[in-house]
Amino acid sequence: MLAFIARRLFQSVIVMLAVAFIAFMVFRYVGDPVSSMLGQDSTMADHEALRERLGLNEPFYVQFFAFVGNALQGQFGISYRLQQPVSQLIMERLPATIELAFASASIALVFGVVLGIYTALRPRAFSTGVIMTGSLIGVSLPTFLIGIGLIYIFAVELKWLPSFGRGQVVDLGWWRTGLLTESGLRSIILPAITLSLFQLTLIMRLVRAEMLEVLRTDYIRFAKARGLSQRAINFGHALKNTMVPVITITGLQLGSVIAFAIITETVFQWPGVGSLFVNSVAVVDVPVMAAYLVFVALVFVVINLIVDILYFIVDPRLRDGAKSGR
Amino acid sequence: MHTSLTRIAAVLIASTMLAGVAQAETVRWARSSDSLTLDPHSQNQGVTHTFAHHIYETLMWRDTEGNLIPRLATEWYVKEDDPTVWVFKLREGVKFHDGADLTAEDVVFSLDRARSEGSNLKQLHAEVAEVRAVDDYTVEVQMVGPSPLYPNNVTNTFIMDKTWSEANNVQEVQDFAAGESNYAVLNTNGTGPYMLTSREVDVRSVLSVFDGWWGEAPEVTEIIYLPIADNATRIAALLSGDVDIVQDVPVQDIERLKNSPGFKVETGPENRVIYFGYKFGEEPLKSSNITDSNPFNNPLVREAMELALDRDAIQQVVMRGNSIPTGVATPPFVNGWTEELDQYPAPDVERAKELLAEAGYPDGFSVTLDTPNNRYVNDEAIATAYVGMLGQIGIDVTLASRPVAEHSPIILANDTDFYLLGWGVPTFDSAYIFNDLVHSKTDTHGTYNVGLYSNPELDEKIISLGTETDLDVRNQTIAEIWEVVKADRVLMPVHNQVLAYAMRDDITLPLHPENQPNMITVEFAE
Repeated sequence: MLAFIARRLFQSVIVMLAVAFIAFMVFRYVGDPVSSMLGQDSTMADHEALRERLGLNEPFYVQFFAFVGNALQGQFGISYRLQQPVSQLIMERLPATIELAFASASIALVFGVVLGIYTALRPRAFSTGVIMTGSLIGVSLPTFLIGIGLIYIFAVELKWLPSFGRGQVVDLGWWRTGLLTESGLRSIILPAITLSLFQLTLIMRLVRAEMLEVLRTDYIRFAKARGLSQRAINFGHALKNTMVPVITITGLQLGSVIAFAIITETVFQWPGVGSLFVNSVAVVDVPVMAAYLVFVALVFVVINLIVDILYFIVDPRLRDGAKSGR
Repeated sequence: MHTSLTRIAAVLIASTMLAGVAQAETVRWARSSDSLTLDPHSQNQGVTHTFAHHIYETLMWRDTEGNLIPRLATEWYVKEDDPTVWVFKLREGVKFHDGADLTAEDVVFSLDRARSEGSNLKQLHAEVAEVRAVDDYTVEVQMVGPSPLYPNNVTNTFIMDKTWSEANNVQEVQDFAAGESNYAVLNTNGTGPYMLTSREVDVRSVLSVFDGWWGEAPEVTEIIYLPIADNATRIAALLSGDVDIVQDVPVQDIERLKNSPGFKVETGPENRVIYFGYKFGEEPLKSSNITDSNPFNNPLVREAMELALDRDAIQQVVMRGNSIPTGVATPPFVNGWTEELDQYPAPDVERAKELLAEAGYPDGFSVTLDTPNNRYVNDEAIATAYVGMLGQIGIDVTLASRPVAEHSPIILANDTDFYLLGWGVPTFDSAYIFNDLVHSKTDTHGTYNVGLYSNPELDEKIISLGTETDLDVRNQTIAEIWEVVKADRVLMPVHNQVLAYAMRDDITLPLHPENQPNMITVEFAE
């Protein structure tokens, strides 16, 4: 068990280094931070001097090793754009992103499971057709369009909900939450729905497919033969067996929701790490971009590690494999 | 009965008026991006300056007409017996937000800080040799030589409190490379009409009126500044009533907003000209099928290209009427602009084809046009339109469109044959354009002379502008330079951009030609 975890940890480190390495290679082609930092009133000599001071004239592998060295000490440098420590910027933005991610994951999970069961139990109903078609539209429309559409309906026309931002936040010291104020709660509704639509469809279709599969199995027939109530069969037996893959997928999806809420955050001006990243790309704020990508890699690596460990505990076949030195 | 009614009415009116005066007026102001830093000398960038103008003040600044007007300095003049010294007389009784008095020492400190190594404003003060305080309210700026236009350069140089800066260890401008943040990046102590109440970077900043301000108390007593990056969201925020004023209104939304009840849009010329440039010199172009000569170097080709450019069509179709076509690469506010220069020829495709043939390119030629796609209003669409127009006369243009972060390095490295760029003129004087766009490229001049145009005679004249103290002679030289620049078609101007601010229709925020509106100019309808 320990050897397994150690090996996984080692692989995780390699993954993160690879991400940072590729990121640094790409940064050379996304533009020049110096011209956006210096603006119009600057001479070529100023540009050269600043580039030299920032170490941008160094070959990229030198910059890369400097970055890794600093990152190991928890130093991600100063944002070129905002002139504040990058780690502080990310930590300030993280609560907003995490709250949004969990809100949308909850919506996706609850509605996804409920609608999935409903459509599985009534495969031929007209309402099932409507839900299945509607869900297809939900996935095929770009997030951007859904977000703007919701803003126009609920903020501009109906004026029920705010059009942007996070509302009032409460500072808990180490965490700034928007979930404790009315304006904060109202603000999270639209972005959370926007972000959840894709996952919701995914979970719904997964639950439906799994349910249909399970409902055909022998033990369900046997349960029916035992004369159990429909309710007990559906929820006590069928649903339980459906949930394993659903939980796995939801967990893995949570990572991508945290990491790639970029578009939703931009459309709703949600002050999370995603919008920080977008603003940074526009001016080639290399320190923020690098730290963000490493952070995203970390999120995925950690979630995958947890999932792997859970499998390891759950699935005896993996344990045997580990023993035989797989 | 009648009189008592009148009396009641009078009392009612008086009380509502009183309430109107005492009422706190909050304005929620949204624009596309946030101020980058509160350190007033760290960034030379419009958005950052605009925000800073509410907290800090400058010696002089520009009103909504573009005129230079007194602010912390009440008078400024060249010293009688020494043309190399500028004298600034300071306003008396000005207080910083922490209660300290403004004195000449603070101005000396601030100007020195603004021209220090880490400052991005230092280029504007490059001609300064020394700044000294004569008495509490007089500052002398010793220039390297006569610098008749130096006052134009101080409109974005903010004055900080020396004592406060020393107490908080911010005598130096934030140094990116040093790896640490500076107290002044997040904290302020200015003399301006508003004080910083709270700030969340990229989210919201709240400013409240400073009671000790020297000027007339502004109607707006609280400003909530909200950066909203996405165009559609920003406009939706205005329409839904979540914000009151929106700067950076996309052209495609102007008409719609004008027609929406409850909202209005103020539009007017911005101090920014959009132009095309091309490579001069004998060397063949790197992106052309003509490998033995540079077509752009032939004046006939440049004339043909101008005749192909239908500026009015770009204004109507691409810009939906929201631009001011021009024949000269300077905005109309700038000293040196004339109506005559502003004229441009009507497009003439047949004549353009003849000229190309005459120049030795009867079949045209191919070339790549580099354009940014997120810097100026509809920049890529302007370039696309011109590509079509040039196609009509046989010039086959490939469009390379990039975000500004990638476009800028190409421009600064002269790594382009043909490009689109915009230029603002913060000093409101033609010399600023000549220095950077027309003068031969050197370490200190011609930074944005991407086409590497070089005319030694003009260079000499341009340099003379910096020290010529006789304004008539100077203006004459400016006119002469423009004549050559226009005749040579050093640049191919298209139009001046138009600014648009959208707001609730009971608020009026006047346009500012430098796109630096100030909330003290806001007026509320009765």
